[in-house]
Amino acid sequence: MNTRALRSLAVAAALTAASLAANAQEVLRIAYIDPLSGPFADVGEAGLKQFQYLADQVNKRNLAGGVKFEVVGFDNKTSPQESLNVLKKVIDSGFRYIMQGNGSSVAIALSDAVQKHNERNPGKEILYLNYAAVDPVLTNEKCHFYHFRFDANSDMKMEALTTFLAKDPNIKKVYLINQNYSFGQAVTRAAKADLARKRPDIQIVGDDLHPLGQVKDFAPYVAKIKASGADTVITGNWGTDMTLLIKAAKDAGLNVNFYTYYGGGLGSVAAMGDSAIGKVKQITEWHANVPTKETDRMVNEFKKQNPKLDYYYGRAGTLMFMLAEAVKRAKSTDPTAVAKVMSGMKMDTELGQVEMRAADHQMIQPLYISTLYKQASKGGPAEVKYDADNSGLGFKTDARIEAYVSAQPTSCNMKKP
Amino acid sequence: MNGAVLRFKPLNVGRYVTWGLFALVLVLAPVAFPQGFAITMMSQMGIWIIFALSYNMLLGQTGLLSFGHAVYSGLGAYFSIHVLNMIGAGAFAFPVTLLPLLGGLFGLLFGVLFGYVTTRKSGVAFAMISLGLGEMVFAASLMFPSFFGGEGGISANRMVGKPFLGITYGPAIQVYYLIAVWTFAAVAAMFALTRTPLGRIANAVRDNPERAEFVGYSTHMVRFLMFALSGFFAGLAGGLSAINYEIVAAESVSAQRSGGVLLAAYIGGVGFFFGPVIGAIVFTFFVVYIAGLTKAWLLYLGLFFMAIVMFAPGGIASIVLMNLNVAKHGLFGRLWKPYGWVAAAGLLAFLGFVAVVEMTYHLSDTGGGTMKLFGLSFEVKSLAPWLAALATLGAGGFLYRLAWNRFRGEWDDIQRIIAEKAP
Amino acid sequence: MEFFLISLLNGVTYGLLLFMLSSGLTLIFSMMGVLNFAHASFYMLGAYFAFQISGHIGFWPALVLAPLGVAVIGMAVERYGLRTVHKHGHVAELLFTFGLAYLIEEAVHLIWGRAPVNYGVPKDLDGTLFMIYGTAFPIYRGFMMLVSVLMLVALYVVLTRTRIGLVIQAALTHPETVEALGHNVPRVFMLVFGGGAALAGLAGVIGGNAFVTSPGMALHVGAIVFVVVVIGGMGSLAGAFIASLLIGLLQTFSVALDWSLGGLFKPMGISFAADSFLGELWNLTLASAAPVLPYLLMVLVLLFRPRGLLGTRDT
Repeated sequence: MNTRALRSLAVAAALTAASLAANAQEVLRIAYIDPLSGPFADVGEAGLKQFQYLADQVNKRNLAGGVKFEVVGFDNKTSPQESLNVLKKVIDSGFRYIMQGNGSSVAIALSDAVQKHNERNPGKEILYLNYAAVDPVLTNEKCHFYHFRFDANSDMKMEALTTFLAKDPNIKKVYLINQNYSFGQAVTRAAKADLARKRPDIQIVGDDLHPLGQVKDFAPYVAKIKASGADTVITGNWGTDMTLLIKAAKDAGLNVNFYTYYGGGLGSVAAMGDSAIGKVKQITEWHANVPTKETDRMVNEFKKQNPKLDYYYGRAGTLMFMLAEAVKRAKSTDPTAVAKVMSGMKMDTELGQVEMRAADHQMIQPLYISTLYKQASKGGPAEVKYDADNSGLGFKTDARIEAYVSAQPTSCNMKKP
Repeated sequence: MNGAVLRFKPLNVGRYVTWGLFALVLVLAPVAFPQGFAITMMSQMGIWIIFALSYNMLLGQTGLLSFGHAVYSGLGAYFSIHVLNMIGAGAFAFPVTLLPLLGGLFGLLFGVLFGYVTTRKSGVAFAMISLGLGEMVFAASLMFPSFFGGEGGISANRMVGKPFLGITYGPAIQVYYLIAVWTFAAVAAMFALTRTPLGRIANAVRDNPERAEFVGYSTHMVRFLMFALSGFFAGLAGGLSAINYEIVAAESVSAQRSGGVLLAAYIGGVGFFFGPVIGAIVFTFFVVYIAGLTKAWLLYLGLFFMAIVMFAPGGIASIVLMNLNVAKHGLFGRLWKPYGWVAAAGLLAFLGFVAVVEMTYHLSDTGGGTMKLFGLSFEVKSLAPWLAALATLGAGGFLYRLAWNRFRGEWDDIQRIIAEKAP
Repeated sequence: MEFFLISLLNGVTYGLLLFMLSSGLTLIFSMMGVLNFAHASFYMLGAYFAFQISGHIGFWPALVLAPLGVAVIGMAVERYGLRTVHKHGHVAELLFTFGLAYLIEEAVHLIWGRAPVNYGVPKDLDGTLFMIYGTAFPIYRGFMMLVSVLMLVALYVVLTRTRIGLVIQAALTHPETVEALGHNVPRVFMLVFGGGAALAGLAGVIGGNAFVTSPGMALHVGAIVFVVVVIGGMGSLAGAFIASLLIGLLQTFSVALDWSLGGLFKPMGISFAADSFLGELWNLTLASAAPVLPYLLMVLVLLFRPRGLLGTRDT
């Protein structure tokens, strides 16, 4: 950093410190842009409640150096175009921080719009906190300084997943079944490349791409998997496409393990029910039965306040606490100042150290592979303390994959202010 | 359809005044509502006006019920954004201002391509073909990411090429005026089309295809021409939306979009040229503004649509025109008071209804807790607010019935007088 | 052979479920000329009613009560909604059901929430009926087939052998004459609409636990039932039956085939790069396009045989 930038930073810091002193109760408002009506409203609503709860935690424990956090929900109907309308509205109302997670389509549209807005309106920058959209392009070709991703992207998850698979000598034949759109295609591609690198002896016995949300009956696909003699299935399917697949597999007595991205997705566990026990595995950055103390307390407290909902995103805590710490260190709520602190920031969490990599603003964090079992209180393994979707089923850790394993090289070429 | 009879006739002031006013509204709207969000909404309204009018060329004018109209606007948008990206990459120079025209040409191309086979049928068969075609194009949009951009869609930067007279299309207001100019041109062109022999014959084909065929017109050819031209205007709307949002994703060819334009056109009134204009404005207002206020917007929109279908199948335009007709005969003075009563009672019932709906949504989403409504804060699980809301709804509904009956009597009386006056 | 038999079974069961879904729609369309867009919503209501009822008094009562509940709602819709709209023409009727589908979905959101509910297969029907080459054939699939066939037989008997059936048939072609003979045609319409809704509801009771009971389930099957009805021929029950089986088998078998357009050229030594637009098209396998094939089939049928397989009149 050259001296001029340092000086201007010092001036900015002094100015904001002064303004902080003048207004001790400064509020940092975050616009939460996700579906709050329509078919995906429950996912959006659950996330909103959790972020609001976490903002409350930040405020109670005064983690942001005197700044209060507030999370306000805006409905984007899972539509990229609607999200852009909402973004305009949010900017009009003076928000400088936005967060979003459901759907890479929305994420790419928003990230793009934020980048253009920031270029066209210097001094009025918007900072975009992405907590769940996993398309790798967001931290590669389409990366920019004001976008931060707190979930592992889909290639990182596959890296971790295949590392785990490679250690299991019983796995000989793998079947890939995915939705025929960019994410499903990316999962297929990454699975093939990673397996060929790590375990060339594993045979890919099938590779199916089916239209997104169009398949009513998965029995034919299951018959195909059965005929191929696969012992393991890898799928990035989510929602109905996943629950129908698992149910059809159970009906046909197909005895294979399913490695999924979204086996624990909101509502999926309840929909799959007992047909998923011991068969469905997921790769996530956290699940409720990872032993922790502070997070455990929050899981309990959140459940007490919202009996219908789960504390679902472990990374939501990481996001809010990292943002709070960054605001405290920057002594400012200005997005540029906060982004400068957060870029490359390391933080210790209960799950280990995490890093917001400076090169592409991708969070590097440990990942967990877990399997669905009955809850301990319903006769399942003792580790399964909490269930998902109030279904009596919960996840049990199979393995923890350290942060460095899943880290991927990036093609991001970021312009920094 | 009664639309054929009640043709739009501006009050004696003449057509130029109407069009002048339309242009004036387009020019002055951003002055009245300068906020960024309002500009966004009005830009979207402009795009939807073109889109809904192009839809009405099929439904209202030719009698073709389509469930896949988004295909043409969506493909127009996709091609426009690819061209925009090529301009940005320096492949060739082309003014962004004229880009929507290219979108329209691509819409026309697909209108010709798909239209030639699909318009051989009309009625339910046509509706089902359009539905199937829409599903196939949507499925394809997800399967072929190199053209459709996959989940993220295709994004672009509209600030390409040399600025012309300082117009860079960076600020939203410049894009608004671009949309406004195109909207005015497209509306005028589509209106002119209704006055051409083709437009007239299209009406004939809608009302009585056998007779039109008998007179010597090929119904297939008429439907095909109207369909292709409608594809052109849909593509034009698509091109504008590509410039406005700088992104085109799979949703632009989705069944929701096709359903949306049907709703918009029908709410406005398909029997009148200006109906879909009103419909597009109301629909966009719902989707963009009301949706920001309440989670129940889908329910309100659905109910509103059903109410229109059941009680005012001519759409909002028919209600407006009937009142204008009364005013033309100088009898509107008699309606002020009954209207006032109806509005007051209706407002009361509406408030009660909204309260019940909002409380139900709140209860269903959170299972209890305090909520805020109309500036009041209360516990949603307690009985009192429910009683209050239901009482308001009941009283409002009762009064509304009374007021409506009175209004109806007056209205029928006026209609009788007008009928007697008529030669 | 093994794979062929299993696929055949899968195809037939799926086809029979499609028939359950579409028979009610065919019935309503042939009688009233109304293409009911809310038909799949009645299917969804059936599933949710069954979920609710079976939670209290078990699956078997739900099998009877849930379709009845849906029938009542269907009749109310006809009596207080469609009948008002009828005078505005078929487009208005169609749009009315279009709006109704929106409303039913929102109502389901409100009452049962937006996430899927856990409506499972009843204990008595959970298990394996028989094994075929090591693949289990679940009892529940057998049950689905049974109900569907029973439904076809019952419909046939009611329509051709009972008085009300004959009145319905007559009202289909000569409503004025039937009216003149003293039959209450509007009431017949109401009963038919309720009956059609009940059939959809029954399909929901059976399909809801075989698949997933969620607010998205109506949208999930919404378009495919139209395809069945159109291909079979508007208003033809037998046509709908054949079309259902045809689509079931078509989809099931095309999943099994990894054919692609590009594959045709392989023997000639021509291959296509995967990352170009045309490459994606050439390399698209039949398996991955399977769920879209019915729409293609529908468009082709409408263009070349507009009355469908067994229809008696053009759509």
